[in-house]
Amino acid sequence: MLRAAVGMGKGYWDLADKVSKAAKGQETGAGPDFAGLMLAVRDQGDRAAYGVVFQHFAPRVKAFLMKSGSDAALAEELAQDVMVTVWHKSAQIDPARASLSTWIFTIARNRRIDYFRRARRPEPEDLDWGATEEPDAADMYQAAEETRRLGAALSTLPEPQRALIERAYYGDLSHSEIAAQTGLPLGTIKSRIRLALERLRQNMN
Amino acid sequence: MTIKHHLTDDLLMSYAAGTLSEAFNLAVATHISLCDDCRAALAAYEAMGGAILDGGDDVAPMSDEALARAMVRLDMPAPTAAPKKPKHPVLPAPLQDYVGTDLSVIKWRKLGMGVRQAILPTKGKGSARLLHIPAGQAVPDHGHRGMELTLVLKGAFRDEAQQFARGDIEIATEADEHTPVAMGDEDCICLAVTDAPLRFNALIPRLMQPIFRI
Repeated sequence: MLRAAVGMGKGYWDLADKVSKAAKGQETGAGPDFAGLMLAVRDQGDRAAYGVVFQHFAPRVKAFLMKSGSDAALAEELAQDVMVTVWHKSAQIDPARASLSTWIFTIARNRRIDYFRRARRPEPEDLDWGATEEPDAADMYQAAEETRRLGAALSTLPEPQRALIERAYYGDLSHSEIAAQTGLPLGTIKSRIRLALERLRQNMN
Repeated sequence: MTIKHHLTDDLLMSYAAGTLSEAFNLAVATHISLCDDCRAALAAYEAMGGAILDGGDDVAPMSDEALARAMVRLDMPAPTAAPKKPKHPVLPAPLQDYVGTDLSVIKWRKLGMGVRQAILPTKGKGSARLLHIPAGQAVPDHGHRGMELTLVLKGAFRDEAQQFARGDIEIATEADEHTPVAMGDEDCICLAVTDAPLRFNALIPRLMQPIFRI
């Protein structure tokens, strides 16, 4: 996908160039095309594309794990594991079904459960999708666009509502544990989250 | 097959966020295996996780050699994925990890009045078990100290107000006192998950409670 016929030398410079741009946050316009990058990782084992994905997401996964209660050193180790899993499981990547950020979130979440609870996490049975067709471009970007819109809608929520939803995702805390920590009744936590979700739905429409 | 009784937003969001206990995760994953509506809703809640992960400027810089270290690990062998399980008419894939690949291998224990149960090994809060209720039989009248999820895998049951068939999940809370009865002429098999022990109303079942861990 992403310049499949690239030679070794050019591949290296692509890598160095892209990675340094991503690391310095110099992407302009719409930012990196993660749907394209993830297909390059999946289909060509493109290490340059992987490098861009790594530099963007590893620090975010690390921040996510630190908010879940890991110290910086542990969060760095676990973020490494998550990003290596991204490579090893790239065959599962399907941009029409989930954006790259959503997919990486689920890997980070599962690593957190595995590490901190040493418990299994039962996953739903895979759907039998039948013969898989390559999605067309519109489908391919739809999931990414939806995640982006969701992020935009989240950022318009009033601060306490947004913080509550983020907390429900970041921390390894159930709603009742959030209630215990904040001193608010469980019913209040649940109704605030429900209100925030309703508001999100309105913002999305 | 139309599923009428679904997961709540609260359960879906908590499953997506990864904050449920293993027993509740099992009930949610098993229902979603049978329910396309809840599968789609889960995708939306996971997308919220993606939006939060990728949103804003929340980054914790990695060490300088992080990418180089990851690149080295890419060449190491990947952990082998579990083989895809064969489709079973009663046991969706997540349950097969706990009970085996067929009903015949389940080790049932008698619970009285023809009702049998098999406790499933889960870590953390809550407990999960399969219930086998003979056709026309009732599970002893009970209330709950916490939340109870009952997911029908085979046959159907009704309680005082509603009917539940394969894939339907009943979500009962502290306030509910209910008596599920297996409907029709087929035995009913359910996955039941509680976050606190059940509270039976008759004297004998209450005495048995510590013995049967229900």
